[in-house]
Amino acid sequence: MNNEKVIDFMGVRHWVVGASLVLVLAAILSFAIRGFNLGLDFTGGTLLELHYERPADLEVVRQQLSQAGYPGAVVVHFGSETELLVRLQSDTSDEDETISTNIGEAIVEALRQQTPNVGITLTRSEIIGAQIGDEMATNGILGLLVAFATVFVYVAIRFQTKFSIGAITAQVFDAVILLGAFSLLQLEFDLTVLAAVLAANGYSLNDSIVVADRIRENFRLMRAESTEEIINKSLTQVMGRTIITSGTTLMVLVALYFFGGQLLENFSIALIIGVVVGTFSSIYIMAPAVVWMKLTKQDFMPPVKEGAELDELP
Amino acid sequence: MNRFPLWKNVLLILLVGLGFIYALPNVYSPDPAIQITSNSRAAKIDDELLQVVGTVLQEGGIDYFGAEVTPEGFAMIRLRDAGQQLAAQRAVQTLLDGASYQAEDKRYVVALNRASTTPDWLASLGASPMNLGLDLAGGVHFLLEVDTPKAVADRMEDMQESIKKHIRDKRLFNVEVQVKDRTITITTPSEDAQKVLLTYLQENLPDLARQRGSEGGSFWVKATLENRVIQEIENHAVSQNLTTIRNRVNELGVSEPLVQRQGRNRIVVELPGVQDAAGAKKILGKTANLEFRLEAAPSAPPTQKERFEFYTEEERQMRGPKFLERRRIITGERVINAMAGFDDQSNSPKIDITLDGEGGTLMHHATRNEVGRNMGVLFIDYYTEKQRVMENGQLVEKEVQKVDRKIINLATIRSALGVRFQITGLDSVKEANDVALLLRAGSLAAPMVFVEERTIGPSLGAENISMGVKSVQIGMLMLVVFMLFYYKVFGIVANIVLAMNLVLLTALMSILGATLTMPGIAGIVLTMGMAVDANVLIYSRIKEELKAGLSPQGAIHAGFERAFSSIMDANLTTLIVAFILYAISSGSVKGFAVTLSLGIVTSVFTAIVGTRAIVNVIYGNRNVTKLWI
Repeated sequence: MNNEKVIDFMGVRHWVVGASLVLVLAAILSFAIRGFNLGLDFTGGTLLELHYERPADLEVVRQQLSQAGYPGAVVVHFGSETELLVRLQSDTSDEDETISTNIGEAIVEALRQQTPNVGITLTRSEIIGAQIGDEMATNGILGLLVAFATVFVYVAIRFQTKFSIGAITAQVFDAVILLGAFSLLQLEFDLTVLAAVLAANGYSLNDSIVVADRIRENFRLMRAESTEEIINKSLTQVMGRTIITSGTTLMVLVALYFFGGQLLENFSIALIIGVVVGTFSSIYIMAPAVVWMKLTKQDFMPPVKEGAELDELP
Repeated sequence: MNRFPLWKNVLLILLVGLGFIYALPNVYSPDPAIQITSNSRAAKIDDELLQVVGTVLQEGGIDYFGAEVTPEGFAMIRLRDAGQQLAAQRAVQTLLDGASYQAEDKRYVVALNRASTTPDWLASLGASPMNLGLDLAGGVHFLLEVDTPKAVADRMEDMQESIKKHIRDKRLFNVEVQVKDRTITITTPSEDAQKVLLTYLQENLPDLARQRGSEGGSFWVKATLENRVIQEIENHAVSQNLTTIRNRVNELGVSEPLVQRQGRNRIVVELPGVQDAAGAKKILGKTANLEFRLEAAPSAPPTQKERFEFYTEEERQMRGPKFLERRRIITGERVINAMAGFDDQSNSPKIDITLDGEGGTLMHHATRNEVGRNMGVLFIDYYTEKQRVMENGQLVEKEVQKVDRKIINLATIRSALGVRFQITGLDSVKEANDVALLLRAGSLAAPMVFVEERTIGPSLGAENISMGVKSVQIGMLMLVVFMLFYYKVFGIVANIVLAMNLVLLTALMSILGATLTMPGIAGIVLTMGMAVDANVLIYSRIKEELKAGLSPQGAIHAGFERAFSSIMDANLTTLIVAFILYAISSGSVKGFAVTLSLGIVTSVFTAIVGTRAIVNVIYGNRNVTKLWI
């Protein structure tokens, strides 16, 4: 090919992977110590969004709620001083607790009575049974595992089992770091964030595949070089693309973070972290994993004819 | 080189053109509106009604325009200001709840709606805007859980009763019948009795798997309900309840309700435009059931009969409690319809009941030899009550599920009954109406509980839409500017393709009737960001090939060809993840999975076919010396 400068990505892989492991450890420690700030979707309970005509004092509202018989209510501002978010845990884990109580109306009514001269409207309410939450958590974890398994099989068929292992390692790394960040920062983890974790995984996978594709191609083109050299060469070649794609994706995500409103805030954060981590992991988790598994030219035998699917020839 | 055949270009233009037409309705934002529906012919919706409603709205200072009766037969009144929607709804509902509009069973329902502003020529092509999820349209979302174990337990009890009846009919003595979980254990003192019962089970209750044996001089039979049958019962219970909920939702008069089964035993109900969650819950949550039972013979032993009170106060006092057999003939789920009417012959009110086929057979078997006896209809109401109970030494308020069983009708059987029969002996037309209503409402196969409830106010929905649109616009703008500066001529191509992608995605979602949600909008934004990836892959490749010394035309050709496998593999794997997300998620998150999946498909298509076509038009068959890339 040509004599373009090749960046020695793999030369420092021990250091970078070591640092990554430290991060993973930190994330796991955080899971154990800080745990997660789980959203209503997972814990079950009641959430109300209230609109006050005038700015509301949180302390006062908390007191009012406690007097009305809801002592454990969490009250926070949501976006502005006139928007309040009230959250109640479902303490009776009785599954049919929501059947006849109209807890939302009851709370609004209680607050109205205590502040008769301020208009209060209920803009949103969510009441979720506790066992639903458990199921959603199970479903989420199951979804991640199924995603890993399916991708493993796909990559093994299209590429090579060593790439499968590399890609899945990168995926797990992404998920752990992303969850670790949410645990450490105590950001609320709800269903949309779970969706973002999966989407980020998809993104990272996209990256890993592009890298893998190039490594495979170069293994067929370059005969003399070592595995590390080939991988360095491949990473250098796709570097430009990686930076631009990550950049454009991050760009729109930042727009989403700033203009998408409160509901999508944590979702955007999860994806922003996910894209950064995913880009990193496709370079420094997937590739080193492949090096350590001693990927050789024999792994690509018999070669598949490149571009056989294309029929557009002039 | 680098030319597409003409047909390919034409096809692409046609496709994008079609996409444009079907995406277009989304540009016309709907007017906020209120919608009036009625639940019976007696409650007329006509111009007269519109005028009265108009007057009320004017008095309330609500600015409206374009009040009309739609071809579907409901009134649609468009408002200028979405903020007045709730006020308008309240005002009109108060008016229509008033005495002059309310008669026995006529009722108007006023709901919030969004009136389409799609021009007629577009609508006539079948083009319509995307459905909006509740988080964008506002409304109420419920998740109900069907108590399927109860349905299975009911079936077990039925079978137990029929075995007991057979034991009595055959005059077998000292036979014990016990039910535990899914197994009925019968213990007999003799082998003959065991044989008789086995034959009975084999012939009449084939759903039970039989086992037999003997132990210490007694002979036992164990009959277990097969898993297959349990699944059937569960499926039947859920689909029956689904039908009932659908009927009840129709009574609510919501324009585009969604009633869907979710998972094994849950039902999702989404009511766009509804704000009164409590009211909707009251109508949906009527967890009532019915049972038809024979009145017990006076000589029947206490183990075979149960005592019930009447449903109405009057009858309770006049007729006192009555004994019914424990065995039920059929339950309310078999009732297809019940209509109150007037019997000309006896000059008294009646109810015509229609059962389904199996119900008719069961009813026939049960009544053919019982002419002259009374048959009772039991109304069973499930409700929860707050109770103070001691728990860990503390007095806590707990909700307890309660059951109330009352007789709504007890009448004499005149002849063997079948699929269609009448109940007479009712005191008044009003009573007939009430009982008929209870019969219709009681067709639940198993009780249900609400496990999830979400309400989104209309203003919040509107706010979400504007925020979503804004973030899409800003994200797109940033992308367009960036691509233009970075890739120059090819950047223009990428931007055209990006627009094409957005149009096709919107069109595809509109045609498929997919639901757009807030996370769905985020999915669109994300797809746009990722969609340029395919272009970037191609362009980077072209640049590389140029550096490697290929001619511009050769570089274009090689760039597209070599990038193809990367694009396919990368997007297919992402698509797999998106599918999994679709499978495990529900509600608004599912909307995200939908836009993500469709977005991947459209972006791969536009990048591979669209980009190539445009690049070919610009550079194909020409002597190019330099590429602006």
